[in-house]
Amino acid sequence: MAKFTAKPNELSKINLTPRRKEWMDTPVEIREHMYCHPAKIKDLQTVDFSHAREWKPADEDWKLPQNWEQIVLDGMQALLKKYRSFQVFMDICVRCGACADKCHFFIGTGDPKNMPVLRAELLRSVYRGNFTLAGKILKKINGARTLTPEVIKEWWYYFYQCTECRRCSVFCPYGIDQAEITMMGRELTNLLGLQIGWIAGPVAACYMKGNHLGLEPHTITSSVELFVDDIESITGIRVEPTFNRKGAEILFVTPSGDLFANPGTYTAMGYLMLFHELGLDYTWSTYASEGGNFGFFTTNEMAKRLNAKIYAEAKRLGVKWILGGECGHMWRVLHQYMDTWNGPADFLEVPRSPLTGTVFDNAKATRMVHIAEFTADLIRNGKLQLDPGRNDHLKVTFHDSCNTSRGMGMLEEPRYIIRNVCNHFYEMPEDTIREKTFCCGSGTGLNASENMELRMRGGFPRANAVKYVREKYGVNMLANICAIDRATLSASMDYWNPGVQVCGAHELVANALVMKGEKERTQDIRLEPLPGEEETENV
Amino acid sequence: MPYIEVGGKQVEVDEDGYMVNLEEWNKDIAAFMATGDGQDLSEAHWEIINFLRDYYQKYQIAPMIKILVKEVGKVMGPDKGNTKYLYELFPDGPAKQACRYAGLPKPTGCV
Repeated sequence: MAKFTAKPNELSKINLTPRRKEWMDTPVEIREHMYCHPAKIKDLQTVDFSHAREWKPADEDWKLPQNWEQIVLDGMQALLKKYRSFQVFMDICVRCGACADKCHFFIGTGDPKNMPVLRAELLRSVYRGNFTLAGKILKKINGARTLTPEVIKEWWYYFYQCTECRRCSVFCPYGIDQAEITMMGRELTNLLGLQIGWIAGPVAACYMKGNHLGLEPHTITSSVELFVDDIESITGIRVEPTFNRKGAEILFVTPSGDLFANPGTYTAMGYLMLFHELGLDYTWSTYASEGGNFGFFTTNEMAKRLNAKIYAEAKRLGVKWILGGECGHMWRVLHQYMDTWNGPADFLEVPRSPLTGTVFDNAKATRMVHIAEFTADLIRNGKLQLDPGRNDHLKVTFHDSCNTSRGMGMLEEPRYIIRNVCNHFYEMPEDTIREKTFCCGSGTGLNASENMELRMRGGFPRANAVKYVREKYGVNMLANICAIDRATLSASMDYWNPGVQVCGAHELVANALVMKGEKERTQDIRLEPLPGEEETENV
Repeated sequence: MPYIEVGGKQVEVDEDGYMVNLEEWNKDIAAFMATGDGQDLSEAHWEIINFLRDYYQKYQIAPMIKILVKEVGKVMGPDKGNTKYLYELFPDGPAKQACRYAGLPKPTGCV
């Protein structure tokens, strides 16, 4: 595959001229840099996904199983039966078009099949043709079409050009959840062995080793040890985290990206420092060592299998409740699915902050609290001594993760934290934040490198809003509360807004947190000199 | 799967040119890959490649850049323990290029 070399000024020229032909008569064009590599056979086999084989998206023949048509129609029938939402979303769209220009992939590509309404129509047309009387009789007049290998290719191409961010759903008068439609589309492609490598790899690794990166227990502890060393050189304080400790009050689970990828590692240092300062009775786990859930991007059943590990570990260790790190989709899974998959988690207690006494009633079913809620509560109750001046070299804006904002309504907590730990905070334009936040552009396991054009196009609307606050206020730091964001926004900022850095909210907390007995700080969490310390650095 | 041919043997690689079977690795393969990028491997390159292989042996994953920088600094002196030095050796990025030469797979997930 040739390298992706298109420059930002080329990519930002978006062709919005509609095609001449009707969409059904426009065959899908599988374009380089817009899709991910297929899954590796061994990864699919690890989790018993069917029809693992070698195939290439660019090839004419995708080597579909012989009875592929039957597999898809049976699969669709089963999903319609199981999920009432799917049936409803297939039936109720009036094609008003309110969603059409709300999708970051449509905005960034101009491809009509990236309008949420049309992306859903790719599936609806087959539903009508096979499951409705009107569709069976009237066929194309009723918007129905026959299932062909070309349709399967089109599904695959476009359902992996949707990040299930649900921005379109905010504007839909019927509240149709496009993420649910994409999820069903991906379930169906998965039945045919058409999974992508960037998702299947982490899923298999998480299933076998407990986290997406496949970190072994000693790799996790050595990584944390490195953070502990850095914390000591910054603060003079040696924090002492524990692993797999039975009887701890709290189990802490965060995305493995925080342990092994910048800038997530700085966020992880923030967790360690905060918990040490609080004297929190908590433990890390090297078994349930993943907050995220890439299974959620394959099938609901797979997501359930991975989610179960966290609760099995909580039970084994005998903790009272679970504290979760900065992650996005982890919280959609937790907040909206976990309870009916693996819940109720009534062997745990309703989470109660040991520092403030606050009971997190909102987590009554899952017994799992997002760290932004936990920390915001600490600040509100005056439990932290903070020096926001230590973040004065940063002009910060906040990117709402799709899943924490639209998926769990967590809008204020991260902002409250950032306002308390930073003196310079600026919001992006109203239509691009909170419920209407734009996706980072590479969520749902699309953060590979071979699909970089897709990622940069999808990341364009978010980057454009960052550009606005950068030009207006000099913003140089894009904060967020999601590990995928930390990985993907770094790439998108380098491309669209070079010079803007990316961080987790708890990195900012760590900079500002005044710890008991700490030495005078001269460096921030990235080991860069603090404001006013630059000149004395080399003395 | 695609493959490269080194010393008369076929070596299986993935779509991005990373080796599929790590145990097949030898120095000729690394040198062959480097030549493909128009690079000659010097002693300095080999030190990084060997470190990566040792690290992988122990931890089953490619090290993050932070660890690489730290280790290089420790072994080869603080003037070399920085990202700039590593990028001079491996212009496409130490994580990507050096790992490929060393026969290590790419990490996936939230990275």
